[in-house]
Amino acid sequence: MVDNVAAYRLSDVFSALADPTRRDMVARLAVGDATVTELAEPYDVTVQAVSKHLRVLEDAGLVSRTRDAQRRPVHLEAEVFDLMTKWIERYRRLAAQRYTKLDTVLETMSESGKEEST
Amino acid sequence: MTTKTNETQIIVDPDVPLVRIIREFDASPEKVFRAHTDPDLFKQWNGPDGYETDIETFDCRTGGSWRYKSSGQGWEGWFRGSFHEIRPNSVIIQTFNYEDIPDAVALERIEFEDLGNGRTRLTSTSLVDSFEGRDSFVASGMEVGVIEGYQRLDGILAAN
Repeated sequence: MVDNVAAYRLSDVFSALADPTRRDMVARLAVGDATVTELAEPYDVTVQAVSKHLRVLEDAGLVSRTRDAQRRPVHLEAEVFDLMTKWIERYRRLAAQRYTKLDTVLETMSESGKEEST
Repeated sequence: MTTKTNETQIIVDPDVPLVRIIREFDASPEKVFRAHTDPDLFKQWNGPDGYETDIETFDCRTGGSWRYKSSGQGWEGWFRGSFHEIRPNSVIIQTFNYEDIPDAVALERIEFEDLGNGRTRLTSTSLVDSFEGRDSFVASGMEVGVIEGYQRLDGILAAN
């Protein structure tokens, strides 16, 4: 089932972003690529712990690391991130459409009781 | 009366598999509640643009049930659920299910909050039993183009 597989992966993206440290790392990577050491700097955790967080982000497809370079900078895969944001926005928009229609219905209603038949 | 458009806010909770939608209305809680519980009013606004609602059952009382067909853009599907708790002008607790996926049942809590001056804040919370379920719920949003979206995500993820 193609769509199920995709849905589970989307879920990886969501759960990868559930952690506040990982969200913060993503926010910083949105500004530009950074090495693991650079990413570890502001946190009171080991480089190993940061590497573990990075692996979760990598498995979810949110970040990638260049294999060849010595520094191996971490790069944010903005497209995956944008897609998730887009899906949430689309869901929001559908709800908004529904409630705009509700606004219209509310305008036709009397304050209490029977509606006039249309 | 309406001087500004009321924003629809969405919260996708990172810790609990729920989606919350918040929206304010220029109408009393009584009216907003009635628009949810009267089937003739409900069918006029339910569903996104371009989709019609045909109600089969709408027994809106504590312990009652509902079932309707949604159709539009060459697609149709049945939805049903139970009205678990109906508290006038205050709360509706119900289940929500798309019949093609019978195991995926969302628990919905709709709260009507009186803001005074004829305004109401509506908070609709959908809780499902797994993050996978919640996320596919958000990803699909009952739209026909969903498969296309999944395929696109597949492509992007495969490239990584």
